[in-house]
Amino acid sequence: MTIQAEMAADPAREGHYNLRLYVAGQTPKSLAAISNLKKICEEHLAGMYTIEVIDLLIRPQLAAGDQILAVPTLVRRLPPPIKRIIGDLSDSERVLVGLDIQSGEPPRP
Amino acid sequence: MTDRLASQPVEAHSLAKTATGIDGLDAVTLGGLPEGRPTLLCGSAGCGKTLLAMTFLVNGATRFGEAGVFMSFEERAEDLVENVASLGFDIDGLVADKKLVIDHVRVEPSEIEVSGDYDFEPIFVRLGYAIDQVGAKRVVLDTIEALFSGFKDQAVLRAELRRLFGWLKDRGVTAVITGERGDGQLTRYGIEEYVSDCVILLDNRVHDQVTTRRLRIVKYRGSSHGTNEYPFLIDGSGVSVMPITAAGLQHKISSEKIPTGVPDLDTMFGLGGFYRGSSVLLSGLAGTGKSTFSGWFANSVCTRGERCLYFAFEESPDQIVRNMRSAGMDLQRHIDSGLLSFQSARPSLYGLEMHLTRMYRDIEAFKPAAVIVDPISAFRGVESEIHATLLRLADICKERGITAFFTSLSLASDHASEADRGVSSLMDTWISLTDVEASGERNRVLFVLKSRGMSHSNQMREYMLTAEGIKLIAPYVGPEGVLTGSARQAQEARERDEALSRSQVTERRQRDLDRRRATTERQVAELRAALEAEESEVALLANQESGREDTLVADRAAMAMKRGAAE
Repeated sequence: MTIQAEMAADPAREGHYNLRLYVAGQTPKSLAAISNLKKICEEHLAGMYTIEVIDLLIRPQLAAGDQILAVPTLVRRLPPPIKRIIGDLSDSERVLVGLDIQSGEPPRP
Repeated sequence: MTDRLASQPVEAHSLAKTATGIDGLDAVTLGGLPEGRPTLLCGSAGCGKTLLAMTFLVNGATRFGEAGVFMSFEERAEDLVENVASLGFDIDGLVADKKLVIDHVRVEPSEIEVSGDYDFEPIFVRLGYAIDQVGAKRVVLDTIEALFSGFKDQAVLRAELRRLFGWLKDRGVTAVITGERGDGQLTRYGIEEYVSDCVILLDNRVHDQVTTRRLRIVKYRGSSHGTNEYPFLIDGSGVSVMPITAAGLQHKISSEKIPTGVPDLDTMFGLGGFYRGSSVLLSGLAGTGKSTFSGWFANSVCTRGERCLYFAFEESPDQIVRNMRSAGMDLQRHIDSGLLSFQSARPSLYGLEMHLTRMYRDIEAFKPAAVIVDPISAFRGVESEIHATLLRLADICKERGITAFFTSLSLASDHASEADRGVSSLMDTWISLTDVEASGERNRVLFVLKSRGMSHSNQMREYMLTAEGIKLIAPYVGPEGVLTGSARQAQEARERDEALSRSQVTERRQRDLDRRRATTERQVAELRAALEAEESEVALLANQESGREDTLVADRAAMAMKRGAAE
C-alpha cells in the first residue's frame, strides 16, 4: 500500500523522503501510526515524501529481511543514512528528530 | 541407553518428552525436554549454551525427523554455521534441505529512536513464518535477553516475553531459551520467571587450573529427574553428558574366562585367565613392564577378534606401538583392522570428571570387550575423588560386561601404595609386579595378590620381558627365600657343580675298586705262578734226585766192578 502525497511528488528529486512504515495487522497502534505519520509529513514534508506501508502479517518474510523487531517501525530509506523509529509516532517531536527534520520550519517547495 | 531408560519405572503421570539426542542428558531428564513447552538453558559466558541448543536442533533434524528454527539474537547466521562446523554439523546442508532455519535478529540499540507505543509482534511473525516454512517442532531462542539491551522499556518487554512464551506453548513447539547467568538469579533479567517448566543450569568451574563443565537440572515440572551436577564435555564429537546413575551392583556377571595374554600368567589362575567383565589391577614399580602386560592383554583381546579400547595417559599411541614392537607384538595391525583404539590424553588436560565423561563417551561409541587404563596413578587429585572416579569407571565397565584392566604405578617398594589401597577393594583381580634387589641387581617378580572367585597361585614368580613375550620362570626357592636373576643362576650352577662332583667321587671310587680288584687278581696270579714255578722246580729236583740216585747206583756198580776186577 503506497500513499503518495497529493501534490506531485518526484521520487527522483533530491531531498525526497522515501519512508516505509511496518505494521502488523490493522491494530489501533498501526492505524494511529499511519495517521500520525501522514499528519507529520503533510505538515513538514509536503510534496516531497513517499510512504509505503507494509503489513508484516501479509508479507512475513520482510520481518526478517528488513530486521524489524518491533511494530510500528518507521524506516527512512531515503535520504541516507537509514533511520529507524519505533512506536505509534504519537510524539511528533521525536519523529522529527528521528527523521532529521527541523521542526516549525516547513520546507520551501 | 534406551534400554536403560526403558527399564526405568514408568511415571504414573507420564509427560511427553522430546529427546535431545544427547544420550547422557536424555538419561538425566528421563527422556528429554518437556514436549511442546519452553525450557530455559542458562549459564555464564562460554559454558556451551549455544552449542547445546544447536545440538538439540541438529539431532532433531538428523535423527528424529523434527525440523527446527534457530533464532539468534547475538551471533550472525554465518558465524553460527562456522562455529558449529567444528562439531561436524552441516548447517548449510540442513538449511538447504529445509530441515533447519537460522534467523539472526539484529539488535542494535544505537539505531533505535522511540516515539510512542510499540510491541514485538514482528518477532512473533518472524518466528511463526520460520516455523511454518519447515514445519518446525523445535525452536531455539539464543539469547533472547539481548533484547533488554536494545529496548529500555522493560515493562513492555516483559509483557511481550510472557506473551511470547505463551505463544510458543500454543504453537506446541519444544523450545529452548538460553539465558546469561546473572547475579543472584539464574538469568540476568530474570526471565526464569516466565520459562519455568524446565530449567537447566550449565556451569564451567575452574579448580586447580583445570576446568570442569557441569550441568544440573534445576527444575522439571511434572517429571522426576536426576538432581546432581553432571559433568559434560564439548569436543569434536559434540556434547556428551555423563549420567552418573546410582549404579547399583546389579550387573550381570559372567563366568567365562578371558586370557591374560601371557600364557605363563594364565597358569597362575585357577580359571586360566580373568573372568570376563571383571576389573583387574596391575600395580607395579617403575619399569616393571606394566605397559607390556597391558600390551599383551590388548593383543590377545584383538587377536580373538574382540574390540579393545586403550586409554593411555603417559604415552602417545605411536610410542606404545613402537615400544610393544620391541616386546614382540605388532599392535599396528589391530589398529589398522579397527579392533584396537587408542585414546591418549595428558591427565592434566581435564579434571577427573571430564576424563570420566570422555571415557564414558568413548566406551559408549566404541563398544569394546576390554578397556585398558594405563595408568590410573596418573590421575592427580583428592584421593576420595580419584576413588569415586575409578569406582564409576569400574561400574560403567561392569554394567556392560567389559573387562577393565587398570595399571597403577606404585611409589614405594612396599607392594601397595596409597592409591592402590584405595582402589583395591574395587578390583576383582590384583596382580603385583615388583623388583627384588639382591647381589647387585634388580629382578622382576610378580605375584597374584587376589583374584575373586577362583583359586590362584600363591607363588612369587620371576619373569622376563623377552622379544618373544613375557616368560615366567620356574620359581627357585633356596635357603634364603626366593632366588632371582643371577643369584638363581649362581645357585643353579652351584647345584650343578655339586651334582657333578658327587658323580665324580662315585666314579673315582669305582675306578679305585676296579684297580684294586685288578691288583688283587694280579697278585693271585703271581702267587699262583710262583707256586707253579716251585712245583715245577720241586718236580725237577725230584727228577734230578732220582737221576742222581741212579747215577750213584750205576757209579757204585761201576766202581765195584772196577774194584772187583782188580782184586
